Amino acid sequence: MADLRFTKDHEWVRLEGDVATVGITAFAQDQLGDVVFVELPAVGKKVEQGKDAAVVESVKAASEVYAPLDGEVTEVNDALTGDPALVNADPMGAAWFFKMKVANKAQLDGLLDQAAYDAYVKGLA
Amino acid sequence: MTTFTGNRGLAQEEALIFEQDSPGHSGVDLPALPHTKTRLGTVKKRTKIGLPGLSEPQIVRHYTRLSQKNYAIDAGLYPLGSCTMKHNPRLNEKAVRMPGFADLHPLQPIATVQGALQLIDQLAHWLKTLTGMPAVALSPAAGAHGEYCGMIAIRAALEARGDKRRKVLVPESAHGTNPATAAALGFEVESIPATEDGHVDLAALKAKLGPDVAGIMLTNPNTCGLFERDIKTIADAVHEVGGFFYCDGANFNAIVGRVRPADLGVDAMHINLHKTFSTPHGGGGPGAGPVVFSDKLAPYVPVSWVVHGKNGFDLVEHASGDAVGRLKAFHGQMGMFVRALTYMLSHGNDGLRQASSDAVLGANYILASLSDVLHPAFPGPCMHEALFDDSSLKGTGVTTLDIAKAMLDEGYHPMTMYFPLVVHGAMLIEPTESESKDSLDKFIGTMRDLVRRAKLPGAEEEFHAAPRLTPRRRLDETAAARKPVLRWRPPALDQAAE
Repeated sequence: MADLRFTKDHEWVRLEGDVATVGITAFAQDQLGDVVFVELPAVGKKVEQGKDAAVVESVKAASEVYAPLDGEVTEVNDALTGDPALVNADPMGAAWFFKMKVANKAQLDGLLDQAAYDAYVKGLA
Repeated sequence: MTTFTGNRGLAQEEALIFEQDSPGHSGVDLPALPHTKTRLGTVKKRTKIGLPGLSEPQIVRHYTRLSQKNYAIDAGLYPLGSCTMKHNPRLNEKAVRMPGFADLHPLQPIATVQGALQLIDQLAHWLKTLTGMPAVALSPAAGAHGEYCGMIAIRAALEARGDKRRKVLVPESAHGTNPATAAALGFEVESIPATEDGHVDLAALKAKLGPDVAGIMLTNPNTCGLFERDIKTIADAVHEVGGFFYCDGANFNAIVGRVRPADLGVDAMHINLHKTFSTPHGGGGPGAGPVVFSDKLAPYVPVSWVVHGKNGFDLVEHASGDAVGRLKAFHGQMGMFVRALTYMLSHGNDGLRQASSDAVLGANYILASLSDVLHPAFPGPCMHEALFDDSSLKGTGVTTLDIAKAMLDEGYHPMTMYFPLVVHGAMLIEPTESESKDSLDKFIGTMRDLVRRAKLPGAEEEFHAAPRLTPRRRLDETAAARKPVLRWRPPALDQAAE
């Protein structure tokens, strides 16, 4: 399985070929609390690194999910729309948000690896 | 303990009015219909319309019991503060019930409403004087509508000079309505981070400024309960690149009588009459969000407005020149205007200054009295709101939500929770200017006791069980959000559908 990379906004990315799968981290779902609503981007939408791509809403707050890389959305996880609780149950697996065709793979190097993200989260707690 | 009726003492259970239906019962005795030929044809309703049958005393009890379930500012301290409602002085209510105001119709001939127009004119004068701004629009129906009014004037001013800039800067700690307003008007919203101490990050702001910036939307005092000290510098920097400064005046109640927004470089600002000038809000009355404008934006103020004509007061009802058209039918919330002006006149400038000072003093008293047990999100002093984070609860298993639920058992409505988002587990307390020291001391004592108990062994379980003494225990907010039941249906129909 390909390596996971992370953003400081708590998205995870897994690149396979030139398609990246994106979701929110276990830490993010824990901070949000019970997720009650997920809004996914349209397939074909062009997204930019650091710009809004999806919305996740919990009993506490509504938050943006940012695109971790530049590219184009190729597939979204419709299961989340019907069952937002999946984000709490399996954030790093079944609850991926969307897949995107990556425009510039070099951007991946600017993201955090597992150890760096863990250290970053530890600093927040 | 459960009771046969479900009542707890004199706190009575109350079924929905449709569940109390006794077919055939009625509060009025209507005569039989005369024999007439129906002209409704195919649109005639053939099924029952489902109105519940109840007698007059049943109806009176139903609504009285419902009203008694409502926690209100008239029943006790309300830490949500003026955002929801602060004390509504009874003098306001007396003034607004005078027939000359209460029985007005907006289409009456101008000659018959001279007193009402004079009142609107006088209110406009007070708002302009208190803010130092030269123009005002009174028609906006609420704070967010006021934001829309202010931002549409900014858009009109940009269009008038052929300027296509579209970027609006909004701090992270802004009211959620700010970015929504900008987006609704077709602007692109860019967020500015907050500094460690809860203010706008000036360096980050300056880095984003350029010829593409239409303006900034800033709340002052901000939602962290702090005064933006750099506000003049921010205003000057935005003006320097040709942008406009929209100030969200929601928190004007903390500075009224002390600070004139015009002196801070504001171009447009709405004022929530309920927050600063004590009008009812929410279920108690409609909102009103007048907007004051700088000289630069004055030509774009939307109609209608009151002018001094040849034969007394008159109304300008049609936009001319660059003015924005009408944002609302008629002239605004007259009932709120009467109350707000009554409040202003009964307090005077010195009384308004005293009110804002007392609001700030009360909040700082709470901040100082709790800061050894609850961690203030930012070092004080604060403005009219005391803000705590949940770091003092770390390791106890007790959350901000649990504290809020336990407050219910103590007879207090909870404070604002989990907002602003930049503060972890935020608890935002606004006592307003109306609470006595005795009332504040009781509240502080309660909060200290709750936090002390939250730190005891086994507290997690106890707090998760709160509230215990309310008509309903802890509600399943997650299920309510995930699977909302939006419509009541007769149980028989509901079963048939399953």
